[in-house]
Amino acid sequence: MKAKPRFILAAGVLGLLMTGPFLLTALLLFADAKEAERAAFAEFLIPRLPLGGLMTFMGFVGGLILLRSLFRQYVHGLLRMAETMRLMLGANRNFRVTPEGPPEVRELARAVNALAQQRDKLLDDVEGQIDRAKATVEEEKNRLAALMSELALGVIVCNLDGRVLLYNSRARLQFKALAQGPTSMSGGALIGLGRSIFSILERGQITHSLDNIQQRLRKGSAEPTANFITTTRGGQLLRAQMAPVLRTGASGPATATVDGLPPTPPPGEGGDEVGGQAAPAQEKVLDNPFGAELQVTGYVLTIENITRNFEREAERDQALQTLTDGNRAALGNIRAAVETLLDSPEMGTDIRGRFMRVIADEVAAMSGKLEATMNRFADSLKTRWPLEDVLAIDILAAAARRIEEKLKLPIKHEEQDASLWMRVDSFSLIQAITFLAARLQDHYEIRELRLRLATEGSMVFVDLIWSGTTVSSETLYTWELEPMNVGAETSPLTLRDVIDRHGAEIWYQRDKAAHNAFFRIVLPAAATPDAPVVDLAQHLHSDSRPEYYDFDLFAARDAAGAGVDPERKLTELSYSVFDTETTGLLPAEGDEIIQMGAVRVVNNRLLRQEIFDQLVDPGIPLKPEGIPIHGITEAMVNGQPRLDAVLPAFHEFCAETVLVAHNAAFDLRFFQLKEDSLGVRFTQPVLDTLLLSAVIHPNQDSHRLESIAERLGINVIGRHTALGDAFVTGEVFLKMIPLLADMGIVTLRQALEASQKTYFARVNY
Amino acid sequence: MSHRILIADDEPNIVISLEYLLKKEGFEVAVAKNGEAVLALAGEFRPDLVLLDVMMPIKSGFEVCEGLRADAAQAHLKIIMLTAKGRETEVAKGLALGADAYITKPFSTKDLIVRIKSLLA
Repeated sequence: MKAKPRFILAAGVLGLLMTGPFLLTALLLFADAKEAERAAFAEFLIPRLPLGGLMTFMGFVGGLILLRSLFRQYVHGLLRMAETMRLMLGANRNFRVTPEGPPEVRELARAVNALAQQRDKLLDDVEGQIDRAKATVEEEKNRLAALMSELALGVIVCNLDGRVLLYNSRARLQFKALAQGPTSMSGGALIGLGRSIFSILERGQITHSLDNIQQRLRKGSAEPTANFITTTRGGQLLRAQMAPVLRTGASGPATATVDGLPPTPPPGEGGDEVGGQAAPAQEKVLDNPFGAELQVTGYVLTIENITRNFEREAERDQALQTLTDGNRAALGNIRAAVETLLDSPEMGTDIRGRFMRVIADEVAAMSGKLEATMNRFADSLKTRWPLEDVLAIDILAAAARRIEEKLKLPIKHEEQDASLWMRVDSFSLIQAITFLAARLQDHYEIRELRLRLATEGSMVFVDLIWSGTTVSSETLYTWELEPMNVGAETSPLTLRDVIDRHGAEIWYQRDKAAHNAFFRIVLPAAATPDAPVVDLAQHLHSDSRPEYYDFDLFAARDAAGAGVDPERKLTELSYSVFDTETTGLLPAEGDEIIQMGAVRVVNNRLLRQEIFDQLVDPGIPLKPEGIPIHGITEAMVNGQPRLDAVLPAFHEFCAETVLVAHNAAFDLRFFQLKEDSLGVRFTQPVLDTLLLSAVIHPNQDSHRLESIAERLGINVIGRHTALGDAFVTGEVFLKMIPLLADMGIVTLRQALEASQKTYFARVNY
Repeated sequence: MSHRILIADDEPNIVISLEYLLKKEGFEVAVAKNGEAVLALAGEFRPDLVLLDVMMPIKSGFEVCEGLRADAAQAHLKIIMLTAKGRETEVAKGLALGADAYITKPFSTKDLIVRIKSLLA
């Protein structure tokens, strides 16, 4: 700081001013005086010199004190004010300078505040206009994203580097289901914005499909898509369809190709690409027959997990095969025999008999085969039923309509619980109810059927009630095994099939008191669907845009090679912002991690859905004094995975990102103690928000997370859980990036170097 | 001069019809029940045309077809392959191996006779 030498200079000048004139006067008088006068003067003055010196000194000290106080109030005070004013300039517009210090400084502060007020009003005006314009665009994007998220198919959009730009919740669930491992977010199936698709799907497969698509595009194919089936690391079977994301460019091929690439290629580009897979690393420009260039900027993958369906489908294919090709030979024999018979009226009875036998044999064999195949076909048909959650009364209403329409049988509704949900295949269930009604009508001539809906525990009762005629249980058993044919409508399924498929039961019961009888179908109830559960309700801002897409990443290009390039801009990098809760503050003395939380920052956004949140069993008792701070109890950590399992998963979560933490050295010390034994090493660069705060605001007293958050205008919610703190740290970090840029700190390397230079960096843990 | 036709099929239920029909048309007919018998009979019987089933024991119709085409003595022999599989790939294979025609079961006997006559004309 430049204030200190200035203060020393000012003190020197004060000293000179206080002693100089006096000494000069004395010197002049002395030079002017006679010899005797000089002696008398000296005789008079020398004994009194200490008194004069003391007085001067005291005066000097008084002057110094005054000077220092002025310095504090005006110079330091103004410096501090300038810092806070800069805050208003960038990070925290709503910040206002607190008027303090001498009246002039306070007046200045008030003037600055007034100025800021005026600027805010102007800015709000402009921003309001921009916002309105933006909102329209954003709304369109969100609508698209919302549509995607509703799809029953997993959808992932990637840029040419294989970085994920969008994924829908189905895709997230699919890959979450693939994840294996001790923690909720490990197992090599991490999906997230900016993450590489190649951690899930094989690179060669993707490259190959992309090449296929490009060839098709070149040929002007109307449907330039590629399909492939692939197995994941976990052995699951995925069916994927790839479609290109195209951009029709107006610019020439040469300029379009370099579009989005840095003007000078980063050092080491080219050779670092893995195994000759450099093909998709640059945007492809293709000339289609119509003259316009089609530029592939990425691709859409629709993904379906077909592991379970696969065997059944194979079986169904086989059934079809047997039905078609398997019957050709027999049919050929019959046809030849029949045609010969028809064309040969002269044929003798004996040989005619042989021809007839051929036909009879072949027809019998074919019938048998058909029967067998149909049975198998019905089997595999069953597994096709996707069960869905439906409102029970809807099913009954539909069944009633159908029965009245098909059978002209009047239906009455008894008490029906309108809130019941069940998990069914609605079509076959309605078919089954109709079938039962038809049988009752045909065989027992019932004139009316009543439908009742009740519940018990986790079961739903669907009762078909009629009066009068009684049926025997045996009759129901027979009906159960018959195909459910109603009038002209036939079904390959039996009632039993439908019942089995639903995990349901059916029985016949009589209610003697009410003089009626009923069939009861018992179905498993489905949970009443709530509003969609949002993982992190407490952290979600309602106005934030959906965080599962970021189309801006289309333009993003990977630096050559893996890892984090320190020469890249802070705004371009991906970060894992994390925090830990521990049993205490002394890792070397046996304190352990009990909770880890992290959130990703990609393309300047905090991705609140892409998080790591895990309690850890420390293997040692918790310290009672820590519990009020972190709020984690023995009961919470019991049965949680140990750090041995969590740290590798966390390591995977952080792959290819810069680590960010507040007071990172503390957390890293815990990691380092485990690195050797676990074989995971956190080699990526680390940024510390504490140090960065000291870089940005060297004159502020406090660099605690709360103070920084307050300074930068961030609402602190959910602090003192690892994830909550990670969120706050992440927001703080995002606010710091533009402040650092104001100071000329733009790249990662610059940020790391500046951190190291700060005073706090010298304090080692 | 009546043409000689060799029926190569292991299924008696089709052979009975083919044999009856062809005899009725005035052809001289012999029957082979497996691939090897076809190759043996080809030398003895010296047929003008073979009706060759693809699915036969010992040697498949494809192998027989190749064997016959490799034999210079059988250069004039016409081969019609019969198959119970309707796959295009198989048809292509049969024709590539030297068959003159490829007929998928079930077939019309009238068409078959027309086909045979046109090949022998």
